[in-house]
Amino acid sequence: MSDPVTFVAKWLEAYLSGLGLASGWIAVIMAALGVIALGSAVLLLDILLVWVERKVVARFQDRLGPNRLGPFGLFQPIADVLKLLLKEDIIPQGADKFVYNLAPILALATVIMLWAVIPISATVAGSEINVGALYIVAVGALGTLSIIMAGWASNNKYALLGAFRMVAQMISYEVPMVIAILIPVILAKSMALTDIVESQTVWYIVLAPIAAIVFLIGAQAELGRAPFDLSEAESEIVAGYHIEYSGMKFGLFYAGELLHALTFGGLFATFFLGGWRGWGAETYPILGIGYFLIKSMFMYWVIMWIKYSFPRVRIDQMLNFCWKFLTPLILTVLSITAILDKLMSGLPYWAYVLGMLLSNLVILYFVYQAVGRYARRERQRVADPEKFRVNFPVKSTASPSHLP
Amino acid sequence: MIYPLQVVFILVSAVTLGAALMVVTTRNMVRAALWLVLALFGVAILFVLLEAGFFAVAQVIIYIGAIAILMIFAVMLTRRIAQDPGPQLNSTWPIAAVIALLVFGLIVFLVQVWDRAASLPPPLPQGFAPLQELGVALVSADRYLIPFEIASVLLLAALIGAIVVAWERK
Repeated sequence: MSDPVTFVAKWLEAYLSGLGLASGWIAVIMAALGVIALGSAVLLLDILLVWVERKVVARFQDRLGPNRLGPFGLFQPIADVLKLLLKEDIIPQGADKFVYNLAPILALATVIMLWAVIPISATVAGSEINVGALYIVAVGALGTLSIIMAGWASNNKYALLGAFRMVAQMISYEVPMVIAILIPVILAKSMALTDIVESQTVWYIVLAPIAAIVFLIGAQAELGRAPFDLSEAESEIVAGYHIEYSGMKFGLFYAGELLHALTFGGLFATFFLGGWRGWGAETYPILGIGYFLIKSMFMYWVIMWIKYSFPRVRIDQMLNFCWKFLTPLILTVLSITAILDKLMSGLPYWAYVLGMLLSNLVILYFVYQAVGRYARRERQRVADPEKFRVNFPVKSTASPSHLP
Repeated sequence: MIYPLQVVFILVSAVTLGAALMVVTTRNMVRAALWLVLALFGVAILFVLLEAGFFAVAQVIIYIGAIAILMIFAVMLTRRIAQDPGPQLNSTWPIAAVIALLVFGLIVFLVQVWDRAASLPPPLPQGFAPLQELGVALVSADRYLIPFEIASVLLLAALIGAIVVAWERK
């Protein structure tokens, strides 16, 4: 009874083969049932997330949050869903109807697709494909597509601008995030997420703290959450790519966004916090599900913590931070990790861990110095802009002679 | 005897071919690009059916994540000409049709005479790791090191070239 999921799967398989089905068809039926079960579980969790997010935001902003319906306002999301379902469904004039309707479905579906490769316990993992880390990147690309579809099909310039901003941000921050994923891959010597979790006798956040931080920042940007919520900067472009959506179609975007945040929490837990690993998780796999959910929820809370404590950055700051700071930093860390991994392959494991940790701390020290210098210079520039003024040579053609 | 994988293969192939046909017949350029995404995704599923997971994932990352998004971006930035009003066929279409039919006939003929096309592929040996094999082959001096490096230098040159082209001279 310590592993109910495998027990049920075994029983169903035996029952189906008792009915006299061919083994190929049993595999197909089991896979389909697995997809339905995992997808439904994730979507049910998603309903709860609406309550979690609203409650946590409220605490951060010194409010109470939903507290009228049910104990602690727990039934509020059900009322929200009913309201969204009953709302009028508006399709703007001149919109591309098919693409407009497809975009929210794709937005939620790509998030659920990510769960296919995440190992939830020692025995439960959707699919143990050997390129799991790359699969996550690929599915992220499909998510980008859903946003650009929503922005274009709405026939609204604010939606299009929001989509452009969002896609520029996602494509940029994908680069450091993917390289940050490569570091656990180097440490585990496998791209399969199940192998990455199983090789974490010491959590990778100890061996690769910089990669963990960069992954978290990349996730924050990929989610479009503050400080990177330029795509829905209210004072500039009203609401971003989903401005024209109403009712349940907006609900799908909203649900997808919340679930995406939890999924990134789960991915962070898988890559850096040992996934389902914990005391007794190997012998009692059901404990692993609990550990995994606790770690994912904790990282989800961290993502919300960052979101509700930071102001929004400017678009040039956002791009500069990615291309001039995060990408060079994580490339350095990647090369040093790869070299050290080869150099220290003969050492005992505790020395290996210590070496990795020390190398990361040394890099972190230099980064801290460099960032401090940059911040000092920036403060001086703001205090006395005259001193730092650069006089660009003005071309003679720049004069507006062609104007009346 | 119908294998479940055969059903999947036929369905996916039909969707891929249909989407590919829509790419060239749709007049709306953004929609054509989206149909192209569907066709490329179908090819990725065909890779999965061949148990080539790495190629499937690479197909999605490169073709859908990079190339298709770039095309959609380019089309969207030129919103006024998203509709293509011109004729969809030019005067050489009979020649193209003949060549296409010839190539198709040749492929059918080859599959007919190749005896291994009708049998199932042998299973991969136990413990065979295609990804590691690929990685080692790309950096071994006696295998594909030089082509790999030449391709890398070419890509680097293209990267620098793109920066130079986009450089705003002050």
